[in-house]
Amino acid sequence: MPGRLKAKIVAGRHLPVMDRASDLTDAFVEVKFGNTTFKTDVYPKSLNPQWNSEWFKFEVDDEDLQDEPLQITVLDHDTYSANDAIGKVYIDIDPLLCSEAATVISGWLPIYDTIHGIRGEINVLVKVDLFNDLNRFRQSSCGVKFFCTTSIPRCYRAIMVHGFVEELVVNEDPEYQWIDRIRTPRASNEARQRLIFLMSGELQRKIGLKVLEMGGNAVVGYLQCFDLEGESGLVVRAIGTACTLEKMSTFPATATHPNNSSPSKDMKEPGFGEEAPGVPLSSGPPTPLRAQTFSSFSPSKSYSRQSSSSDTELSLTPKTVGIFLCPSTPALESESSPLPSAHLPLHLRPRMASRSTTPPPLHVSQSDSAMLRKSVSFSEELLLAVSGMGSGGSAGKEAGPLKALLKQQTQSALEQREYPFFTLTIFPPGFLLHVGGVVSARSVKLLDRIHNPDEPETRDAWWEEIRQEIKSHAKALGCHAVVGYSESTSICEEVCILSASGTAAILSSRFMQDGPLDTEHRLSQQPLCVFSAGSERVEGDMGSSASLGFEEVVSPGCGFCHIPYDELNIPFPAQLTYCYCCRRYKVPDVLFTTIDLPTEANVTGKGCLIQARLCRTKKKAQGEGNAMAISNLLPFLEYELHTQLMNKLKLRGMNALFGLRIQISVGETMLLGLASATGVYLTALPSPGGIQIAGKTPSDITYEQHISNMQKKINDTITKNKEQYEINPPEVVEEIIGSPIPEPRQRSRLFRSHSESSDEVSEIDLSHGKKDAFVLEIDDTDAVEDIHALLTDSPTPAGFYSCNTEIMPGIQNWTSAIQMFTSVRVFRLNANLTNQGLNKIFSDLCENLLKSLYFKLRSMVPCCLCHLNFTVAIPEDELIQVAVTAVAMSFDKEQTLENGKRSGEKTLIKAITENDEQLQFNLELNAETSSPNPLGSPKGLSEVGSHPSARAPSVDYSSFADRCSSWIEQLKLKAHTIRRGSVKTTSSMEKASPLPEGRSRSLRSNRSYSGSSVAVVKMTPLSFIPGAKIIKYLGIINMFFIRETSSLREEGGVSGFLHTFIAEVFAMVRAHVAALGGNAVVSYSMKECVFMENPNKNQAQCLINVSGDAVIFVRESELELTSVQPQSATTQTSNGGEGT
Amino acid sequence: MRLHGTHIKLTERSLYSVDVKMSVELDVFVGNTTIMDKEVYQLWLNGYTVNDAVKVRIEGGVMEECEASAEVLLSDTMDQYRTFQMCERLLHHPAKLANQLLFQIPPDRQAMLIERYYAFDDSFVREVLGKKLSKGTKKDLDDVSIKTGITLKSCRRQFDNFKRVFKVVEELKGPLVENIRQHFLLPDQLARDYAAIVFFANHRFETGKKKLQYLTFQDFAFCAGQLINNWTVGAVDNMMEDMDVDLDKEFLQDLKDLKILITDKDLLDQHKNLVCTALRGKTNVFNEMEANFKNLSRGLVNIAAKLINAKDVRDFFIDLVEKFIEPCRSDKLTSIDVNLYLTHYTNSAHILDTFKHHAVWTRYMGVIKSCILRMYHD
Repeated sequence: MPGRLKAKIVAGRHLPVMDRASDLTDAFVEVKFGNTTFKTDVYPKSLNPQWNSEWFKFEVDDEDLQDEPLQITVLDHDTYSANDAIGKVYIDIDPLLCSEAATVISGWLPIYDTIHGIRGEINVLVKVDLFNDLNRFRQSSCGVKFFCTTSIPRCYRAIMVHGFVEELVVNEDPEYQWIDRIRTPRASNEARQRLIFLMSGELQRKIGLKVLEMGGNAVVGYLQCFDLEGESGLVVRAIGTACTLEKMSTFPATATHPNNSSPSKDMKEPGFGEEAPGVPLSSGPPTPLRAQTFSSFSPSKSYSRQSSSSDTELSLTPKTVGIFLCPSTPALESESSPLPSAHLPLHLRPRMASRSTTPPPLHVSQSDSAMLRKSVSFSEELLLAVSGMGSGGSAGKEAGPLKALLKQQTQSALEQREYPFFTLTIFPPGFLLHVGGVVSARSVKLLDRIHNPDEPETRDAWWEEIRQEIKSHAKALGCHAVVGYSESTSICEEVCILSASGTAAILSSRFMQDGPLDTEHRLSQQPLCVFSAGSERVEGDMGSSASLGFEEVVSPGCGFCHIPYDELNIPFPAQLTYCYCCRRYKVPDVLFTTIDLPTEANVTGKGCLIQARLCRTKKKAQGEGNAMAISNLLPFLEYELHTQLMNKLKLRGMNALFGLRIQISVGETMLLGLASATGVYLTALPSPGGIQIAGKTPSDITYEQHISNMQKKINDTITKNKEQYEINPPEVVEEIIGSPIPEPRQRSRLFRSHSESSDEVSEIDLSHGKKDAFVLEIDDTDAVEDIHALLTDSPTPAGFYSCNTEIMPGIQNWTSAIQMFTSVRVFRLNANLTNQGLNKIFSDLCENLLKSLYFKLRSMVPCCLCHLNFTVAIPEDELIQVAVTAVAMSFDKEQTLENGKRSGEKTLIKAITENDEQLQFNLELNAETSSPNPLGSPKGLSEVGSHPSARAPSVDYSSFADRCSSWIEQLKLKAHTIRRGSVKTTSSMEKASPLPEGRSRSLRSNRSYSGSSVAVVKMTPLSFIPGAKIIKYLGIINMFFIRETSSLREEGGVSGFLHTFIAEVFAMVRAHVAALGGNAVVSYSMKECVFMENPNKNQAQCLINVSGDAVIFVRESELELTSVQPQSATTQTSNGGEGT
Repeated sequence: MRLHGTHIKLTERSLYSVDVKMSVELDVFVGNTTIMDKEVYQLWLNGYTVNDAVKVRIEGGVMEECEASAEVLLSDTMDQYRTFQMCERLLHHPAKLANQLLFQIPPDRQAMLIERYYAFDDSFVREVLGKKLSKGTKKDLDDVSIKTGITLKSCRRQFDNFKRVFKVVEELKGPLVENIRQHFLLPDQLARDYAAIVFFANHRFETGKKKLQYLTFQDFAFCAGQLINNWTVGAVDNMMEDMDVDLDKEFLQDLKDLKILITDKDLLDQHKNLVCTALRGKTNVFNEMEANFKNLSRGLVNIAAKLINAKDVRDFFIDLVEKFIEPCRSDKLTSIDVNLYLTHYTNSAHILDTFKHHAVWTRYMGVIKSCILRMYHD
């Protein structure tokens, strides 16, 4: 019994009239947790009852605390008939289980009914007391923090990034159970809501366990999704990045040692002690980092998994369709190729070959065939792999965890199948070294009933397959990691498309090392770390020994653009040039990524949202044939999306895409593809050539004229766009930046001589100078379509900018005005249409939606729509649903115009400053100490300026002695803290033992936030709030609602129904955040919006799933008064950083 | 799935067609802070249909301003209309708007929404002022709509507002204006106007007669204010249980005593002499005043004496016009003359030896004087 949950029902208000006779309600409340139920007294004849109940106490396992929601039901007492339910409130108590999050839930929460919507509010108080739990092999993972934010949360710093965690749980969908035929829609909806709550809780707990096993204390970039597979069941799956985070304290004196806040030490030592050497973070030279994915499952299960997967799984020829979205100019046809080099497997190959007019360079074809070989061998490998890793969805309560761990250890030693994936999109400075390009994989599956919910192995195996493919793609790009990783599905009837995508990258090993005081681990890892540094050098990054020369030149603003792969073995045809910033390393001509624009990146001008939209008809089919047809269409779809993206990028005069997200949606008679990204001009990359139209039959004069007209139009558009986005790249780069090193090229060739590429350098150099125009052949019907598509994109109206990433380059001076919104549209296609017609319609409707948004938000001008997230679906035949969630943020135009540059620089400096500060902490931590004073050692300062990647362990040890004294102090402090902790609380986990004063303090602050009337709660899909500082993360918000109506017309039709529902969802999110004591939700997203209607029956149903991080923020203006000291420290640090 | 049935296309379901090939079935926009356009709100309040509102907006030039198309405008207008409809239920109880959770609306916006929702057209209120706020009256609103050129929808909203305020205030104690202001969160002036409307509806004052047509709502509102402040129970004693919708019965009873001013021949003559002495030489319509004195005095005192009957209260304004304003007007008295006359008429009564009802006289004549002066225009 490690926990006691306490709930108190205070009052209700705005209740609906339940008794027609008296126009009043006799309300009472049932409070249920697990199988225990308490009731309040009936408060007769009131719409604003005051129950003021006693504290209802539930004594429960912390496992249940994590899985179960607290369920509050408000009912109307009826003497003669059954009591009528007014509505329910589900409260996720997870935020209360972590001492660093919320301490109490208190406030007015909407009472929700799936048929009537919000019906009044209820005021509740909920608290949790956690007790000492000495059982280290328990099933709960209380205290692991979860963040939706895909970066290191603002008031934390990363001690270590452990890597990928994933899990999935399955169940039958209550909506499809036989009982659904006899129960009411309300009962069915509630069963579903409750089940999903339970499954989410379980999923989170299991992920938490994995994190603890890895030695982490938090999950960042937590992405949880539902697959409503209909008859075959309900899948809830989640991925995330396990980290060890440490809270940054404003005052250095209170800084605690990382291990203080981390449960990892307590947890790990007994469990991992003997196996410690077997848990290396780095497994070998080629991959300096390894994300550890410990899955615990019993071996017998894994075998059954293998067999069952071969039973149920439909194997289609291109079972998985993988495409490299590594952009490049058409090297296959150097003269007139319309094809960018999307890397298409098997069947697309012939088409490309037939088009090529000149034989491709030798090395390209080599790599090509290598790729083919790889994919063949890969699919063989798959069969074997099925038995390997996987999320132990079945990590049974029955199986002894220790046993499982041991098993898994040996197993993982045998076949190292970990995923070096990171769901992060923004990284601590110095973490991201190089970016290869986008890797993605898709797979078409036929759904089959999940026979045993406890063994979700089929779904596991599917994802397994995809992840393996992603991993191999990344490897082919010379990268050892995948960042900005995400997974998604699209389901239509029994067909399911699984997709995964990410950005191949090389990461610094710095955050991969284990915690400083963990001597055992350190010893075992130390040699490996050194080794990994060496291997990095081989891969093109200057290791520690060569770091001096490297540091001088490479600004962090271009480092990530440098190619990670070997020039000789480029996995796809690409034009390489020397970096336009440092002139020393090779960069590709175009860069596509799924991550956010790194803050330190050098960008010219502003960015903009770029979308490729595609619609393809397909024949109605069933089963295997259908799946086959879809998987045959997929590569074409991807290829065309890619071409569109490329064209549109060039049309805007830009050379890189960030935040690329390609969504493919399947319907009965069509496939939809929507790719969104933010285009920017990276200063380090070459300027993109124009788009040239070429006709193959030059005989006709009118035709020629037509072509030249089009060409002119395109050229005009490019010029206009360059103007609008302020893209004026500096012409003479070489003289400015190249001057410190007279012969950058030679120099770099020298460095490169480690690899065998030195001979080839000159050859590739030849191609670098001429920026060949991107050629579109007009004869090609596709190209005509492309050109039309290009020119139909209307420019954003004056004063507006848009992007789908977190920040917009070139805009810094945000005001505090933000407006988050969700817009949903459903379109009906009224006629049978050709592909082209469909394309145009789909493109138009996306454009119109954007135009509507601009119009709606015109009062916020000048403003930028950030994090524009489009989701498309085909809910029914001939219906297309588009949902957009984004935030509009105003910025100060005056400043932009007058001293925009200066303010920009200032902000940049500020950003760097912050980074530096963080960086320094990290450096010091690596050097076995967490100095309470950021300015403790001058040596630390000098290191700040150095390129992060250059940091090697040896550097840290040099300054080790200097900091010994402070370290000892630190130790004393730590001991003191522990002693204090043990006196005050019985908990063994420091983090789960809030100091009483802390608790009361935050309780007070809660009060102040939920003032007299309704507290304002801001919502944003971004991880930050402009002009404000997030001071506390209160926990994850993950809510699932169903709304149904059988009086659709009376509720204002489908629009009225959905409008109300979305407003209600917002209201419930805000209320729960306010009850946790927060005043904002960051990283908010609407992950699911499934809308169904049956107008003949006057019915509609909608499911919405939203998530985000509840936070407390403070306006920077308010903060300034209190934090003068840290700020001055920051300035000094920045000076130091500037000086070096 | 319960909702999966055979699907029959219903053309009228689509919101609008973009072109032949495609129509929009569902189109919503929900902001965390509810976006409300003042201009569209006003069009909605005015009862315009979505299409008419779009036309007005297009003419207003918002399209050129923001590079929008008619389709965008249509979508936005429909969306806003839906938002307003959802808010309407809250606007019926403005206090709820402040502590509801569904819409996050900044306080200044909330105030704007309420104020505009409860605003009314003078031409409309003039039509229903003093009428019983009943279903019957509501049924006749289409005539009012035709007469005033205000859309029926808007008429209904305004009528319902009157009725709602009336119903709430009817059962409350304490000062009328304050009650309205607190319950409906209205600005002072608007609260006063509503007080007048409630007061008129309560006493069913006749305002529709042809002779009263020249009077504006603000004239009546002013008079109502005078009556509320001086002739109701709350006016003399605000600790009283009763509220100030009803006239002070005791006072009305006492008014009968004023009859002595016209029934006692001596008193009447004495009064006339005093007034004439005071007025002589001060105005160039002295002769007309002198000639009409007895007539006017009888008129005013008779009005006072009859007020005890509820039916005669209704005719208060028509009586004032017929018995006093019209005769004065036919004698071409200016409002300065009327003011002069009424001042001396009131003051002289206090000098009369046998006249004892000074308090009642002052209370009565104060209101009569300010009402007449307000009503004395073309």
